Amino acid sequence: MNFLIMNIPLNITSTIHDWIYSIMPETAASITIMVLIAVIYLALFAIIGLYLVLLERKVAAWFQLRLGPNRVGPWGIFQTIADALKLVSKELTSNDRIDKFLYNLAPYFVIVSTLIGISVFPFSKQFQAFDINIGLFFLFAVSSIGVIGILVGGWASNNKFALIGAMRSGLQTISYELSVGLSLLTMVLLTGTLQLSEIIEVQRTGGWLILQGHIPAIIAFMIFMIAGTAETNRAPFDLVEAESELGAGFHTEYSGMKFAYFFLAEFINMFIIASIAVVVFFGGWLSPFGITDGITWFPEVLWFLIKVVMIIILMMWFRWTFPRLRVDQLLTLEWKYLLPINLANLMFMAVIIWMNWTI
Amino acid sequence: MSYFSDIYNGVKSLITGMKVTGGYFIHARKGAITQQYPDNRETLKMFDRFRGEVVMPHDENNQHRCTGCQSCEIACPNGSIEIIWDRAIDPETGKKKKKIDKHIYHLSMCTMCGLCIEACPTDAIVWAQNYENSVYDRSYLTKTLNQPGSTVQAGVED
Amino acid sequence: MADQELETKIKTEEYFVNMGPQHPAAHGVLRLLLTIDGEIIKNVEPDLGYIHRSIEKMCERDSYQQIVHLTDRMDYLSSNINNEAVCLAVEKALEIEVSDRVKVIRTIISELTRIASHCLWWGVMGMDLGALTTYFYAFRDREYINDIFEETCGARLTMNYNAPGGLMFDIHPNFVKRTKDFIKHFKTKIPEYDRLVTGNVIFQKRTKGVGVLTKEDAISYGVTGPVARGSGLSSDVRKLHPYSAYDRVDFKEALLTAGDTFARYEVRIMELWESISIIEQLIDNIPEGEIKATTKAVIKLPKGEYYQRVEAARGELGVYINSTGTKNPYRVKFRSPGFSNLSVLNHITKGSKIADLVATMASFDFVIPDIDR
Repeated sequence: MNFLIMNIPLNITSTIHDWIYSIMPETAASITIMVLIAVIYLALFAIIGLYLVLLERKVAAWFQLRLGPNRVGPWGIFQTIADALKLVSKELTSNDRIDKFLYNLAPYFVIVSTLIGISVFPFSKQFQAFDINIGLFFLFAVSSIGVIGILVGGWASNNKFALIGAMRSGLQTISYELSVGLSLLTMVLLTGTLQLSEIIEVQRTGGWLILQGHIPAIIAFMIFMIAGTAETNRAPFDLVEAESELGAGFHTEYSGMKFAYFFLAEFINMFIIASIAVVVFFGGWLSPFGITDGITWFPEVLWFLIKVVMIIILMMWFRWTFPRLRVDQLLTLEWKYLLPINLANLMFMAVIIWMNWTI
Repeated sequence: MSYFSDIYNGVKSLITGMKVTGGYFIHARKGAITQQYPDNRETLKMFDRFRGEVVMPHDENNQHRCTGCQSCEIACPNGSIEIIWDRAIDPETGKKKKKIDKHIYHLSMCTMCGLCIEACPTDAIVWAQNYENSVYDRSYLTKTLNQPGSTVQAGVED
Repeated sequence: MADQELETKIKTEEYFVNMGPQHPAAHGVLRLLLTIDGEIIKNVEPDLGYIHRSIEKMCERDSYQQIVHLTDRMDYLSSNINNEAVCLAVEKALEIEVSDRVKVIRTIISELTRIASHCLWWGVMGMDLGALTTYFYAFRDREYINDIFEETCGARLTMNYNAPGGLMFDIHPNFVKRTKDFIKHFKTKIPEYDRLVTGNVIFQKRTKGVGVLTKEDAISYGVTGPVARGSGLSSDVRKLHPYSAYDRVDFKEALLTAGDTFARYEVRIMELWESISIIEQLIDNIPEGEIKATTKAVIKLPKGEYYQRVEAARGELGVYINSTGTKNPYRVKFRSPGFSNLSVLNHITKGSKIADLVATMASFDFVIPDIDR
């Protein structure tokens, strides 16, 4: 079972790791470890998803002169857990004449692709389940599976609004993947590696990549944020759901926990995009200016989460400020603006590295 | 060249918009306009002209000012007011006199137009400022405005 | 060339979508039967009748005082303007001259109603285009006006403050101060509206050149109000046939010629400024006078037909009363602005996308109970 090269998170778990290997045969032990890690990541997934929903609701309230959820627990911290319990207990209704198999399959597509996505992130030096040498490439590949779930869900639910939403999703994700990829490729020129842990190591000595790459890196970051927001189907690119046009878009016919899967996946996707931004542009779990480098007990994962939350708040800021684009304007933005700028930026970055103008 | 100026102006307008929402985000604490309704019942004061429901004030002797003239019943557009009246012999003068038996008010049908209160010649009915009118059974919304055993204040008819 | 070749090669099929009666962009229970080819709209057929309450028939049953409160429920966002229309029609028939005080107060409250209505429209327009935050900012400002109404009239929306012959009762002592406070507050907020939405590049792309209504079409479809004025058709009843105190105030008619969704948006923002200026001119010198002219308890209109038009927040509202001399009208007909404006929707949205239909509908500012009485 050599393919399981896992950096088991933190010291506590490494003792568990040793203990499990000492009490059972090797194959059984590695399977147990796999299950354990899956459970840890599932729990992480649920917690991140639920608390991002809460954060979104709170942040939206603060933008809109409201208070946000404040009834369930202090500052409403159990609100989304209560919501999740409600969704679990609700009946799974469905439309007449749906494609049953695809209809039931679609939420899993969405949720599994996002779950795989978070497995490669280095939350801290030790806390990384799966450190492959093509980390960034793997992330693109996985994140494009999610759109299949949306397409399938919209197609299978026998609803015209859902179908329109799903088709919009298809063209949107396919277009904007280019920009996400190219903007990250610009940064890969700088790091020379696709492995996420290596990318962070590069930044330990040379400073965060957004500083190292200065102008092209900032342009790449801006493009990444725009394209990333579009990838996650969030406003101003939420044509897939487009409340005022399509009702609820592709998940119109989903209810209960199946709807919750789509809903959570959206937030986990946002987390993934923000995490990529943090790893590639803002030094991952590295502390700013190395202020906590000397403190050995300091949980580096905290820096990672702080940075991710900042990026997520920026994305929420977009969402609660801008109107939605029309579908043809969406494509104009990608093909006429983002893509040419991105290509020019890539060249610019190459020149900068060639001339050794990096900081 | 307009390609680049478009981008510049576009990004500038987006940032202008973000400044507005961002300003409110920073001042979120004092800017919130939410009223936390059931919690602020004590401090929540309706304006004195607020149209909550029609009531008939009674004084300490259990006397009201309604003479049973039925102006309000005629003025009401929805039939929310029904007056059941009777003629009783006035003990002082010995004449037969109109008096109300029941002043029935259907809050469920009332549109709060205020025509009945404008029409009342003796100011027997007024607006109450209560704002919690929901009940569990709609039969509770049919109210008898005069209290049991109440009589007309002396001198109202004159 | 290439596009045409593609179009002939790819076979597409039109399909129907029921937009409404329960739809977030329908602002109520408007049902639109859409014929769509992909994202392109081929035909829009509005289907009415989901909120028909036969107000016109109910008017035949009621006395003239009672009709007033029914009009609150037509275009509930400009309720006072509707009340005013009926009262003006009845006063015209009875040849009552109301006092200057009544005229000025009616004008101020009508303009406040217009501001409240346009505030709500601004919030909803942003929301229909996907900027959800606008709704809350607009409601924050609308709340000031609702408080003013609540203090003076007792109700926030369906006020029923007018009565044939004047007003039901005098304004509250705090009315002038509160109105001035609101004007001061609101003058700082309209530029904020502009910064947040009007200048926004996405908003401009979504609205400019979308749903273009030409002046000729506006005339032939009988379109009125801000929609007509966005197309360059001067149709402000306040200017053309002044009623109440509009002849003594100085204001400009908001008029733009582009005729697209953005022009209609701009016209409404300009009307906000004009309404503020009208209120400012009147609020400081409300003349003294009778609050209600003496009318009989049972109003009987002389035999004949009476028509009164006013400028409601959505356009021209006409009240037609046919009296046979009894205490109830023989026939009442309301010419509501929304109904005529809706008729042009199919004409100007054909060939555009679903998102354009939503933007156009938002700029028309439909109130369904006004269309469907």
